[in-house]
Amino acid sequence: MTRHHTINAVISVLLGAALLAAVCFAILQALSWNWSGVWAYREVFWRGWLNTIWISAAALVLSVLLGLLAALGRRAPYPALRWLATGYVELIRGTPLLVQLLILFYVVADAVGLQNRYTAGIVILAVFSGAYIAEMIRAGIESIGKSQLESARAIGLTRWQTYRHVIFPQAIRHVMPPLAGQAASIIKDSSLLSILGISEFTLAAQQVNSATYSTLESYLPLAIGYLALTLPVSILARYLEHKFRYET
Amino acid sequence: MRLELQHLTKRYGDHTVIDDITATLDFPHVLALLGPSGGGKSTLLRLIGGLESPEAGSITVDHEPVPASGKSLRAYRGNIGTVFQSWNLFPHLDALANIMLPLTAVHGRTPDEARSRAEELLERLHLQGHGHKRPAELSGGQRQRVAIARAVAIRPKLLLFDEPTSALDPEMTAEVLEVIADLKSEGRTFILVTHAMNFARTVADQIAFLADGRMAEHGPAGEFFAAPETESARRFLAKVLRY
Repeated sequence: MTRHHTINAVISVLLGAALLAAVCFAILQALSWNWSGVWAYREVFWRGWLNTIWISAAALVLSVLLGLLAALGRRAPYPALRWLATGYVELIRGTPLLVQLLILFYVVADAVGLQNRYTAGIVILAVFSGAYIAEMIRAGIESIGKSQLESARAIGLTRWQTYRHVIFPQAIRHVMPPLAGQAASIIKDSSLLSILGISEFTLAAQQVNSATYSTLESYLPLAIGYLALTLPVSILARYLEHKFRYET
Repeated sequence: MRLELQHLTKRYGDHTVIDDITATLDFPHVLALLGPSGGGKSTLLRLIGGLESPEAGSITVDHEPVPASGKSLRAYRGNIGTVFQSWNLFPHLDALANIMLPLTAVHGRTPDEARSRAEELLERLHLQGHGHKRPAELSGGQRQRVAIARAVAIRPKLLLFDEPTSALDPEMTAEVLEVIADLKSEGRTFILVTHAMNFARTVADQIAFLADGRMAEHGPAGEFFAAPETESARRFLAKVLRY
């Protein structure tokens, strides 16, 4: 027992010392930080940040549409549609976004003559995110009990009427919270579009970095800028989760 | 009403639930399907309601065959009022909206017509003041009465009740059985699956007794309860009427 305590105490002291050292190091670093170089480029940061916002927003809207189509496709009465939708979802969820960006941008977008890199970037991001949203919507639809679908059949509703009057109004409660979470993911994932030369927030920070040779001073605002977007979205997701849990 | 079953067969996988039933049942208003659990009563009711399709055979209701698929099957279902054991109301809609939905979406009524019809029925089923409550805010008996109102609202040619009181406590059971008895005195026609034997005895004109997927016997309710013809019906009645 006492031996245990000694070990714990030693570990605590070591951890405390390490933390203290880190803080001292950061302060020393901060003293030598040079913000003036970066401050001169604040316009670049600002424009990149705004670009990230509208690129993410556009990708979110498009990916909800794609996700909805894919979710309905997976439940369609036609096998060909089901395979197509399943293939899309599994292919996208099984490969990294970076790989999709490279292939879709340099091979597919090129082949179909999609010249505008912003449009291409938004479409690729939406294709990626749509596969995840499709699964969220599918889970939402499947949360509707079988007995309700039976009821809908018994009163003579068509497939479309069943979606409209019974499934969608209830599924939306289940889909909203994870969808808000996915919005935060899109914002973060959009940083990868920098490799395509799309001047969003991350590329802006990289440009400032290479112009001023200041690493931390360029990338710290980058992290804070993303947090400023994702934190409110996460709080919204938390709120929606709470709200819909108690309202049924 | 005349219900004709011709070599009706329904299987789930290897399990034959309805085993080659051929029968003609004439009843003025109320037919009760009785029998032990797993005997095929509910499945037969669902086949009559067009909610399941048989592997073989056919059903006619007043000389009209139950359609096998497609639009005509949907239209057929839409003209039959079905009440399930667990009410199956839509939880996101209040009582009024639940009753109005088939009227507006399937039967082409305007929202105003549907609303006044729904309000009239709520009042008749002693549910006035509950129209704007969702199913979760209603008691089991109230929910089942809303479900009955939804089924009756469309003026169906036939009502189907699938164990309408099995999920209810005795007091609520009484509430619901009272409403069903009222429907009979209003002259409605319905088929009922129930375990409430005394209720079946008072309300049914005709009884069909199902066991092991076969229709062991059928006949007027009075005769069935006084002197069942088959051994299996005798044993069943002796068991359920003992307590």
